[in-house]
Amino acid sequence: MQTDAQKLATAPSPHTQMTYLEAIVQAQVEEMDRDERVVLLGEDVSIYGGGRLLQRFGNNRVWNVPISEGGFTGLAIGAAISGLRPIVDLSTASFVYLASDQIINQASKLRYMTGGQIDIPIVFRCFMYSAASMAAQHSDRPYPLFMNVPGLKIISPTSPADIKGLMKAAIRDGNPVLVFEDASLWSLKGDVPTNPDDLIPIGKADVKHAGKDVTLVAIAGAIRPTMKAVDALAEEGISVEVVDPRTLKPLDCQTIKTSLAETGRLVIVENAHRVCNVGSEIAAVVAEEAFHLLKRPILRVCAPDIHVPFSPALEKGFFPTRDHIIAAVRHLF
Amino acid sequence: MPAIFAEKVMVMQLSRSQKLEGYRRMLRIRRFEEEGMRLFEGGKIPGFFHASVGQEAAIVGACLALRDDDTMTGTHRSHGHPIGKGAHLNALMAELMGKEGGICKGRGGSMHFADSSVGIISESGIVGGGIPLATGCAFSAKLRGADQVTLCFLGDGAVNQGTFHESLNMASLWKLPVIYLCENNGYAITTSVAQSHGQPNIALRAMGFGMPGVTVDGQNLSAVYEVTTTAVTCARAGEGPTLIVADTYRFDEHNFGLAIPGEPYRTAEEVEAYKRDRDPLVIYRTVLIEEGISEETLSSIEDEVLEAIKQAVEFGLESPPPRSETLSDYMFNLFSAGHRSFLAAVKRADRHAN
Repeated sequence: MQTDAQKLATAPSPHTQMTYLEAIVQAQVEEMDRDERVVLLGEDVSIYGGGRLLQRFGNNRVWNVPISEGGFTGLAIGAAISGLRPIVDLSTASFVYLASDQIINQASKLRYMTGGQIDIPIVFRCFMYSAASMAAQHSDRPYPLFMNVPGLKIISPTSPADIKGLMKAAIRDGNPVLVFEDASLWSLKGDVPTNPDDLIPIGKADVKHAGKDVTLVAIAGAIRPTMKAVDALAEEGISVEVVDPRTLKPLDCQTIKTSLAETGRLVIVENAHRVCNVGSEIAAVVAEEAFHLLKRPILRVCAPDIHVPFSPALEKGFFPTRDHIIAAVRHLF
Repeated sequence: MPAIFAEKVMVMQLSRSQKLEGYRRMLRIRRFEEEGMRLFEGGKIPGFFHASVGQEAAIVGACLALRDDDTMTGTHRSHGHPIGKGAHLNALMAELMGKEGGICKGRGGSMHFADSSVGIISESGIVGGGIPLATGCAFSAKLRGADQVTLCFLGDGAVNQGTFHESLNMASLWKLPVIYLCENNGYAITTSVAQSHGQPNIALRAMGFGMPGVTVDGQNLSAVYEVTTTAVTCARAGEGPTLIVADTYRFDEHNFGLAIPGEPYRTAEEVEAYKRDRDPLVIYRTVLIEEGISEETLSSIEDEVLEAIKQAVEFGLESPPPRSETLSDYMFNLFSAGHRSFLAAVKRADRHAN
């Protein structure tokens, strides 16, 4: 299967190198240029991340908000219903719990509950730390919780080009979209299209590395140790295909099944805790719809059902590492 | 009443036609609820039924202070709000019955009577859930440079939610054009204000947020109208939000048919006294007669309302249930970067039709 990088290599549109974080800011700048209804709200947002945005768009478009996650999230939802297209920066993903009543009980439900009388075009951004000694209250990956909520779209892209294209698609989408950024990806550099109308559709996975022996589905920040494992496994003669869903909801299971038809082996790598995570859902869908393609049992490599510890001595090896992934893949041969 | 607000309270007299409209809308709420409870008993309405009987003046008095293009949010006791703002009854009655012709296509029901045709963006079944949304609606108006205001209905129970405090702080901080109207009916289901508020004078809470807070007799339509009109004028002039506490009373149980085990939380004498002496419809009818409105005029309104209710019931009963293949309809807006014009939806010529 052709990867997005391969497609980009032959594409005529111009590209530029930038980091993942720069790509997020650029996506927002371009969309705020394009549509004056797009506004940004968040704690300290005028200082962190949004500095360029504040200079460019002024304080009627970029809003520093009080520490009131439930309140300003609901305020942004009300604004979305009545003519604006807000981007809500919730910063650390663990704070999303404070906003979750408004996201779940209001944003996800109101279009349905009003019989389509209203639309809620809104984007919620947050980032996730791993192996950063932030302890359990700043290290969560809450996306599996939100996957169980109908009415939400969830993206968690892993490359600068993907975050830019998907963030733009999220801002132009007419529905609530949650963006989960793995902070370990922020410094990652890559080619990013400069055409402001270059979008990546929500709901479409990407093959990050083509292979034929085993399919590794890497979720969000787990892409980094996964890509490191690919080369080591190649030396052992194991050809790995890496599928990055990019969108967690709706999940593109077709791309995973297509890969599985070639490899027959599936390992899902993610930093979320083990119980009812994205891997659980992928495993369930594959078991239901593509069991006949499996040569070996499905394996999941993920964080244990234990809180993220503070001490580096304990946190080391808590999230999937290159070695964990290699060991899991070897287990299938 | 804070001095600064008292100075501003304008003597805004309702015109004769507004007074009759106020009486008509209160009566539409009353008869809609009474008929709804009959239908509920008869098995025609599923779910919960939270009636606004007794609270009509607080609702209609506030709604009369709004323009047609102003916006509102409401509560789980949601029936009165769209009717108070001038909504048709047919689609509301059909919604109670869970029918395809319902205002929310049978997806909302009794607690969630959002009717965007009269500017209601949501009615929240989660207590206090709509307060930030109303605040955001006002935030949007401010950013767009529109002079719309938002009226946010909430109950005395919602005052103790975090959303109330977070929202009032932001509204005051940014001088948002929003009016928080607390329908203080004295009880959060069975828990009284005295049992649940460290400061039972709810209007005083506004002071902590740097906004005016005012208490008004919620059984007096004119009084609610005057206070709300002042708050609306301030909000439209960019002077920010107001908290209005309309003291009112719920004549029925929290929801129709609710069984209250053990000791009663309010006495039968208390309920009877309110029904006898503090019925907002009786009070206002007496006022109108004293002001020289004829019996014939009021009787014709009463007949007209009964006819509207009858038609709404017929419409609801005749409306088919939603087809099962439509289950997933309205989950998502399928048009990227499209946006329904909310203002356009608010405009409607035949506002006072059925």
